[in-house]
Amino acid sequence: MITLIPENCNACRQCTYACLYGGIVLEGKTPVRTDSCTGCDACIDICKTGAIVSSGQNIRLGHDIAEYKGVWVIAEQRQGHILPVALELLGKARELADIRETGVTAVLLGDGVDKSGDLLIKHGADRVFIASAPFLGSYRTSPFVRIISGVIKEHRPEIVLFGATAMGRDLAPRLANSLRTGLTADCTQLEMSADDGVLLQTKPAFGGNIMAAITAANHRPQMATVRPGVMQPVCSPSRKGDTVFLDVREEHSDTIVSILKTVKKKQSRATLEKADIIISGGRGLGDSKGFKLLKDLAAVFSGQIGASRAAVDMGLIDHDHQVGQTGRTVRPCLYIACGISGAVQHLAGMQSSDIIVAINKDPKAPIFQVADFGLVGDLNRIIPEIIEQLK
Amino acid sequence: MKGLKIIVAVKQVPGTDEVRTDPKTNSLIRQGVPGILNPEDRNAVEAALCLKEKHGAAVTALTMGPPEAGDVLEEVFAMGVDKGILLTDMAFAGSDTLITAFILSRAIIKSGRFDLILCGRHAIDGETAQVGPQIAGFMDLPQVTYAEEIVLEKGFITVRRDLEDCQEWVKVKLPAVVTVTSRINRPRYPSLYNVQTACDGSLLTTWGAEDLKVPASMLGLDASPTVIKKIFEPDHKKRGEIIPGDEKEMAASLIEKLKGVNVI
Repeated sequence: MITLIPENCNACRQCTYACLYGGIVLEGKTPVRTDSCTGCDACIDICKTGAIVSSGQNIRLGHDIAEYKGVWVIAEQRQGHILPVALELLGKARELADIRETGVTAVLLGDGVDKSGDLLIKHGADRVFIASAPFLGSYRTSPFVRIISGVIKEHRPEIVLFGATAMGRDLAPRLANSLRTGLTADCTQLEMSADDGVLLQTKPAFGGNIMAAITAANHRPQMATVRPGVMQPVCSPSRKGDTVFLDVREEHSDTIVSILKTVKKKQSRATLEKADIIISGGRGLGDSKGFKLLKDLAAVFSGQIGASRAAVDMGLIDHDHQVGQTGRTVRPCLYIACGISGAVQHLAGMQSSDIIVAINKDPKAPIFQVADFGLVGDLNRIIPEIIEQLK
Repeated sequence: MKGLKIIVAVKQVPGTDEVRTDPKTNSLIRQGVPGILNPEDRNAVEAALCLKEKHGAAVTALTMGPPEAGDVLEEVFAMGVDKGILLTDMAFAGSDTLITAFILSRAIIKSGRFDLILCGRHAIDGETAQVGPQIAGFMDLPQVTYAEEIVLEKGFITVRRDLEDCQEWVKVKLPAVVTVTSRINRPRYPSLYNVQTACDGSLLTTWGAEDLKVPASMLGLDASPTVIKKIFEPDHKKRGEIIPGDEKEMAASLIEKLKGVNVI
């Protein structure tokens, strides 16, 4: 255990970097030991000015994981609109919380989001923390980490879930640092052990070739970013809950990164993820003639066009239409894969579609293993026949 | 800016996406799989070298791994990186992203003054994209992720970020941590001249746990919050039926079946 001699401190900050646990911080120019200090004494060796010395006692503090309760979702919004992934996470959070007989809390930061609590409650939250202020309108790492780590430290949830979006994957690692806890990225499956509350977090790795099941059994909160489109939202219009408004203001450190401008991209990706029917093409389309067939098929089904990486690489279609590990994850009611062999990277992006139809000339193509209905043959002859009969 | 100093954190990863597991041991089959420089780390190295050419800079590459991981440092020397630090120690083994970032941040602090830390957005093995932000976290530095362009001017950088629905331009004062995507540049090939200097070993420093003055209790598997319980190959298999017949019959029975499950 350490003893601090503040008058020796030259505010060099080395001790704060040396501490893995956030157990020592500088308040102004004074070093302060926090509750997170485990008594490991690592900062003593680092301090060159004698401001940190050993108190002679050797106690190793641990934190009591039983104190951490509840399942939290960090909800993301853009221009005031809640992203679908937030509602999907609430569906999962509700399931996990029911197993542990505990509550679901959503945290929402944004500008003009005062009225958004209801939507989050209907989708499974018992309580919603809202921080609504102009400086939170666009996501910036610093204020979001500061505010969210503050509420997490105060209320001690057992689990915190984020969407595996650009924001979630920027924010969550920084929070894991601040809370000195574990974080699993881009999960596609979460399972709760009812007895000890250990969350088994499964994520793809190596481009979807390998799945890894990960736990952080001795740390709380257990944190995961979860891939959009994987979990199911559940809406109960009659659900009731509490909305709590957080009193927040901008601090000087929040402006360390300033946003100069943003330029919107074309919206085709978003519509792909919302589509009920996706007609997708791959290498087997051959050329632009095959692609024309695909468009005609999409027209009779009123579906959106998707593509495998091969079709994108061949220049048949823009990357925004790519489905799979390095593209979009989709979950339509109907997914028709035309001339797509079914590389594991593609399957990762579409395998949870309700009904999958595969049209491919190679009966051994892996796509047939995930298809509900397989048509083995020449797509140049099968597709016109389907179009003809549907008309 | 005079005397710009850039640190690039790089990782050696298995060089294939055809990685398989051994069903008996539930572990990765690494035998016969060559190690390569992680693709987006190569983009980070290129970004550092571009800044060096434009503004003058000393570029140090940093990697953690088994002694063989030094191979990727020789590769970046041949691209034009000035110095390399290999962090290797049995005590580091099994570190998760939090502990890896902790070790890297300790090494960066030990290496002296710096202005910019560059990382690839994510590694193709674990695909976490966490180590860059977590280095920033341990060093209390601002971070900019998903960079596809970096422009340096008067102690500030302006970065274009590639996000899902927009591109975002941000400005931040150095020092800072930036993670780059593959869209930022096309990495150069190693040059023969550089290959010769790269091989004499004079550019490489190797540090272990003692050099970083970190107790073993803060390192490796035991200190890491997350643990991999098991790894397995995904099971994509589904009910599946192959519809028989010629094109006409296939089309007709497909339409009938889709109507049967109410999707059309």
